[in-house]
Amino acid sequence: MTSLVLWSIADKWFWPNPVPQSIGLDYWKQALGIQKSLAIGAVSIVPAFFLSLMIAVITVVIAMAIAIPAGYALAKYKIPFGTFILFLFLMPNAFPQQPIFVNLLDTFTKIGLAGTVPGVIIVHILVGLVFGVWITSATFKSIPVQLEEAARSVGANSLKTFFRISLPLAAPGLLASSVFVFITSLDEFTGTFFIGLPFVITLPMTLYSSSGYNMQFASVIAIILLIPSILFMTLIQRVLKAEYVGGMG
Amino acid sequence: MSNLKLLSIVKKYGRVIAVDNLNLEVKDGELVTLLGPSGCGKTTTLRIISGFLSPDRGDIYINDRKITDIPPEKRGIGLVFQNYALWPHMTVFQNLAFGLQMRKTPRDEIVERVKQGLKTVRLEEYEKRYPRELSGGQQQRVALARALVLEPDILLLDEPLSNLDALLREKMRFEIARIHRESGVTTIYVTHDQTEAMVISDRIVILNKGKVMQEGKPKEIYEKPANKFVASFMGNTSFIEGIVKEIDGNYTILETADGLTIHGIGNGIKRGDRAVIAVRPENVQFLPTSKNDSREGYFNIFSAKVERESYIGEVFDYQLKIKNWSIRAKSSVANEKPRGSEVKIYLDPDKMPILIE
Repeated sequence: MTSLVLWSIADKWFWPNPVPQSIGLDYWKQALGIQKSLAIGAVSIVPAFFLSLMIAVITVVIAMAIAIPAGYALAKYKIPFGTFILFLFLMPNAFPQQPIFVNLLDTFTKIGLAGTVPGVIIVHILVGLVFGVWITSATFKSIPVQLEEAARSVGANSLKTFFRISLPLAAPGLLASSVFVFITSLDEFTGTFFIGLPFVITLPMTLYSSSGYNMQFASVIAIILLIPSILFMTLIQRVLKAEYVGGMG
Repeated sequence: MSNLKLLSIVKKYGRVIAVDNLNLEVKDGELVTLLGPSGCGKTTTLRIISGFLSPDRGDIYINDRKITDIPPEKRGIGLVFQNYALWPHMTVFQNLAFGLQMRKTPRDEIVERVKQGLKTVRLEEYEKRYPRELSGGQQQRVALARALVLEPDILLLDEPLSNLDALLREKMRFEIARIHRESGVTTIYVTHDQTEAMVISDRIVILNKGKVMQEGKPKEIYEKPANKFVASFMGNTSFIEGIVKEIDGNYTILETADGLTIHGIGNGIKRGDRAVIAVRPENVQFLPTSKNDSREGYFNIFSAKVERESYIGEVFDYQLKIKNWSIRAKSSVANEKPRGSEVKIYLDPDKMPILIE
């Protein structure tokens, strides 16, 4: 972290000095498009930033629209091969990413999704669902079934029970799941790289292009990518703590 | 006022028969307790009545209307859970109001009925509290109020006092009995605690392995157990085994392998049957050990040795040995029989049921 911060404000930093020789905010200004530079890899990252943000938001909305009902069904009903299905969701993580995405690129090219924003969004949703469904499923499982039975016994049907009892009680876990999907999307690189190029440039991709020969620039991007993660982690900590104290009766 | 009928209910889990052809009728306003050890089928039966479990065979009727295929939310049944199941994200008021909201009851009426409901369980001041701010006993009372506020046809309670400490349990028993008397709602109560059952029930149904062992008023079941299981489940019963030697008028005479002859009350038992006699501690009378005692004729008087003596505050509790048999007995604190002493006891034959397994 310290290294990152130091690099982002370093003007000139040559090995083997432990600390940069001169510091300045030039690279920050270049990144934000305020200042122009002829150095290699120094472009304004603002468009990529907003693109990443937009893709992340859309991904969260669609992924959660799938993960919440799927998680609820897997948690509450005896679905044949339920455990197997959950396992299936986790499987993508067991395989090396490149081969998967190369294959996907092939398919997407054929159906015209390569190099498009929707194509990238689909990739992000798939990646996000891997853990998204697990978290929502675990969240719904943790709600004692008697709370739902109690609702049924006073006259609420399944739908009303879901919206008035299960959903409010699951909210912290579902929020955590959404945040996780959001950050996963922001940081997603391999799939986006394969599917998005050459037209869709997200923030992690600009990080990739500039790392190695423009460390200052890369550090700026890295810090910018870290900020949402840190922000949301602190938010989650506080929200979850309050809810935990609120407790399940 | 509603009645409930269960007709030939069967529920199996693989090879295990949880409910074995159960027939039960609960009349208007009655409080019937399903009593039995773990695994006897009482909770399964309750879940079938409430609609969360479907029977393999059989039907359920409320007021002669068949409800076997009706989902739980439409059965008009109030349910009180063992662990209260209060919604933690709602206040006490909201917990009670929820069911009324489901019925689209107007707001003023909801407020009125919730206030009344809390008054019944003596928790008027706790409207705005959350469940986590209440003690176990208070939560249980809220759970009860939540079920009652809907004026259900049938009220089901699933071991509601099991999670409370002994003192609170005793108090709550009387509360539940009072609330039942005042509301008059037809109630089915499930428990494994026989004292609880005796305190609150109009009728008790004793279940074992999915079958009814006996049903009747608490006094009948306690004093006239139908079989060994019921006798051992209620009270502190000691058993003496033997073979029926003969029937003499009102009494059946049992003879043990080691030569004891005991008179008791048999019920359809024949000569030569293997049977047991059920001895309750309160029916073991100590006689003065003088030689010239001819109380109540010459039978059922035995010599015994005090093997164990325990002081329990109200009484002394003993384990006595007659020949090879150990039986429990008790005496008032004034009449202590020290350990190791020889005593003479009388077992009133009218209070000695002779039972088969």
